[in-house]
Amino acid sequence: MNRTGAGAPTAVKGTPFHERTQALCQGKNWRRWSGFVSASSYDLTHEHEYHAIRSAAGLIDISPLYKYRICGSDAETLADRVVTRDITKLAVGQVCYTPWCDSDGKVRDDGTLHRLADSDFRLTSAEPTLLWLHENAEGLKVEIKEETEQVGALALQGPRSLNILNEITDGALAELRYFHVIQTQIEGISVHISRTGYTGDLGYEIWVDASDAVPLWDTIFRNGVKHGLAPAGLLALDIARVEAGLLLIDVDYMPAHRAVIESRKSSPFELGLGWTVSLDKRNYVGRTALREEQSRPTEWEFRGLEIDWLSLEDAYAEVDLPPQIPGMTLRESVPVYAEEEQVGYATSRSWSPTVKKYLALAHLQAKYAKIGTELKIEITVEHQRRTAIARVAKTPFFNPARKRATFDVVRTP
Amino acid sequence: MNNYDAIVIGAGHNGLVTAAYLAKSGLSTVVLERSATPGGCAATEELWPGYHVDTGAHSFTGIDQRVLSDLQLSSGELEILSPDPVLVSPQHGRRTLTLHHEPAKSAQSIQPFSDRDAARWPEFLEAMSLATRVLEVLYETLPPRLAKANKGDLWELARLAIRLGRVGRQDALELMRLIPMTVEELLDEWFESDALKGTLATSGITGICQGPMASGTAYLLLHSLVGGGGVVRHRSQLRGGMRALGTALQQAAVRFGAEVRLSSPVSSIRIKERCATGVSLESGEDLEARVVVSSIDPAQTFLRLIDPTELNPEFVRAVKNIKYRGVCAKVHLALDDAPVFGRGEENGTQSAVLQGASIIIAPSIEYLERAYDDAKYGESSKAPYVDAVVTTALDPSLAPEGNHILSAVVQYAPFKLKTGNWDESRRTVLRDSVIDTLSTYAPNLRDAIVHCHVLTPADLADQFALTEGNIYQGEMTLDQIFMMRPAPGWGRYQTPVEGLYLCGASAHPGGGLTARPGMAAARAVLSHSTKNR
Ligand SMILES: Cc1cc2nc3c(=O)[nH]c(=O)nc-3n(C[C@H](O)[C@H](O)[C@H](O)COP(=O)(O)OP(=O)(O)OC[C@H]3O[C@@H](n4cnc5c(N)ncnc54)[C@H](O)[C@@H]3O)c2cc1C
Repeated sequence: MNRTGAGAPTAVKGTPFHERTQALCQGKNWRRWSGFVSASSYDLTHEHEYHAIRSAAGLIDISPLYKYRICGSDAETLADRVVTRDITKLAVGQVCYTPWCDSDGKVRDDGTLHRLADSDFRLTSAEPTLLWLHENAEGLKVEIKEETEQVGALALQGPRSLNILNEITDGALAELRYFHVIQTQIEGISVHISRTGYTGDLGYEIWVDASDAVPLWDTIFRNGVKHGLAPAGLLALDIARVEAGLLLIDVDYMPAHRAVIESRKSSPFELGLGWTVSLDKRNYVGRTALREEQSRPTEWEFRGLEIDWLSLEDAYAEVDLPPQIPGMTLRESVPVYAEEEQVGYATSRSWSPTVKKYLALAHLQAKYAKIGTELKIEITVEHQRRTAIARVAKTPFFNPARKRATFDVVRTP
Repeated sequence: MNNYDAIVIGAGHNGLVTAAYLAKSGLSTVVLERSATPGGCAATEELWPGYHVDTGAHSFTGIDQRVLSDLQLSSGELEILSPDPVLVSPQHGRRTLTLHHEPAKSAQSIQPFSDRDAARWPEFLEAMSLATRVLEVLYETLPPRLAKANKGDLWELARLAIRLGRVGRQDALELMRLIPMTVEELLDEWFESDALKGTLATSGITGICQGPMASGTAYLLLHSLVGGGGVVRHRSQLRGGMRALGTALQQAAVRFGAEVRLSSPVSSIRIKERCATGVSLESGEDLEARVVVSSIDPAQTFLRLIDPTELNPEFVRAVKNIKYRGVCAKVHLALDDAPVFGRGEENGTQSAVLQGASIIIAPSIEYLERAYDDAKYGESSKAPYVDAVVTTALDPSLAPEGNHILSAVVQYAPFKLKTGNWDESRRTVLRDSVIDTLSTYAPNLRDAIVHCHVLTPADLADQFALTEGNIYQGEMTLDQIFMMRPAPGWGRYQTPVEGLYLCGASAHPGGGLTARPGMAAARAVLSHSTKNR
């Protein structure tokens, strides 16, 4: 391996699917994700990939997610101690989305927790979490195993995803409810399939032993083409997740353990994740602080904004231009105003091809966060700062019924 | 009754002092002690018929005088024996360096080693006592005044001491200069004689896994002088052996209304909603209290007695990061003849030893550093630093008539060995190294031995419930003192568990038979419980 003098690996890794993804990545548009190379888009632009997600199916390599397996008689205790949701209520075969906090009740990370068996959990995270899990496991009988490199993961997202999978599994998939997970086989390859995703659409995530990754990709791909399946990169995903109102670490919030100043930290309440916070379950990391915070009125809310098209048109008309809209999600923070006063900031902005609106996710002072409140967002028009009207809106912006629908069991012969 | 205002875990001297103060203030208080005797590391056992041996500490520098008067301990109850000369340090060529309470007498003894050193001796004592006075002010002031404000800034400490108006600016600044130094550097500024520097340097390394050339060891030297009455190491013993301290403090605590339950090991501290509610005993009995004060070290308090899921992972990390790294062992010899060190009576060594002076084997700083070198790589010192006392000198009743007991603290014997454990063969090697070392200076010792007993660091860990056998419940290194003791931000006896306090040597100002942590912890508990009423 290529190493520096200090011994740190310098090579960026390929995921278990790299053999396939690199052949498909025509545009060579790669980015780094947790030390792996990951396709931003496979085509020269990402539009096609986005539309595959919303109208057929997109196949996204999400292997760079950190993955941990927590087993042993105290596995539930550890999981419950770390995350804000009540894991004692998570049944076997169920998955939950959850943030987790430091002792001051500030969010360190968010991810999904899969209960694969009574004492067997899989946790996914955006940040390396092994040490944190170990630090929380003091005195507990658990085995914590990082499986980031050993387990490949694919997100198959979009309306046709069920059809594609149904044809290559034994059909039990139709019964798989939203945020549930099963262990099954795809043409002889043992996999976990969870009905989860980061697109807010009907979709699945497939977890596979790295050694079976390539054949799995081939099988899904071979079968998916006729359904309009396309490999999709992170740019397409980033638009879909804004439409779904899902926040992104490092973009919409700063993990507490990496924040150098207090004001960069956020509590789950401030991120619109109050619904994930159990205040009366057994003691867990941050509970005291969260209880205390909950007893006070929230200062910040995380909300959707819809940017008013006409005001955008007006702003651009002044310089004789049609409105310029971003073709991808913009990740730099811009101020949000009520009259002249700054009352918040938008951290993700994107044009939604499906909703046909310019959308943003924003942190707003609570008294300006009521749905429908008319605010102003900063825009840059020909190098000049302007504002456009933006209305506080409910998220998800796009929320198709198929996302959580239950389906009739279709068994393919 | 099983419901108290306060439960104190451990009847070591600090636990008993805390309990006595709490009871004196009207709190119904119970002390729960694992072993069958009070006193903790101040212990005396009859190892062989008629031989009563101090198996833990065998001398001490300075119990806080206020404790003795506050707890109304009469000299009948607790007879403190303070030998003079304080110590003898035998050298090669049968010479001996002897230090006395009287500076002029010490200077006289130093003179054969160095005229210059002898001349500087009084000045050195003066300088050290000025620096120590600043420390003393800080030790007094730290808990109540220096809250969370600063996390370990020495200059901030200096400023605090000056602000309090009790020490001069120059003295405070000088202390701040000294604290991070190596004890070697400090002594090199003053002296040239190896014998003197070696002898004094021992105070900078006792109980820590560092040598005299390590930064911060100058601090430990100064720490050892606090409460020592301005003399280089006042070394006192107790009539009846060190267990007399536990016995006397137990009586005092009981007099004020506390209950002391021996042979009652605590198995867990009960916590509800992050508040301590009491303890469970190994016997299965549960006791309730709104205040629980633990005198045992943080590793045991937080990682063994408490369900770790009740604590923040950040705090658990800090607790796990506390260094213990025990390096001391003990060797006890029953002798049928008094050991003759140096030239015996010829230069007064013998009468000093027989007046209870400590015997310090530390002929030079280099000797100590080499002793440490072995430990650095996980071996015990081939030529160890030995701090011994003939305990029968001042109290002959501790052994059958005409016989003696020599108690030796031996350093370095690292708890964590490079390979293997403290098994029989290691124990034998350790014993022999001590007997060989002492015999170099007292040739008649070997033949006088009738019994021999060794406590390896592993034994100390078991016998006195000390994590990694550390004699101070955590190393007294620069990063683990003041408001960093036991862990940064937790220097005020409180813990993240509401109602749970620390009062033992793991708390500020640390190890030794000083009673200071116990007294200050009681103050902290009382100031909270009056506020919460
Ligand atoms: C070998 C040795 C030599 C030393 N030499 C010196 C010296 O020369 N000079 C000096 O000043 N200091 C010396 N010390 C250090 C000094 O003895 C200690 O710092 C001091 O005694 C600490 O007192 P304490 O009350 O804080 O703790 P301890 O004396 O350790 O008391 C703690 C008590 O808690 C009890 N306990 C533990 N676990 C439980 C439980 N689960 N339930 C109930 N009770 C429990 C223990 O049995 C013990 O009685 C020496 C220590 C040792 C071990």
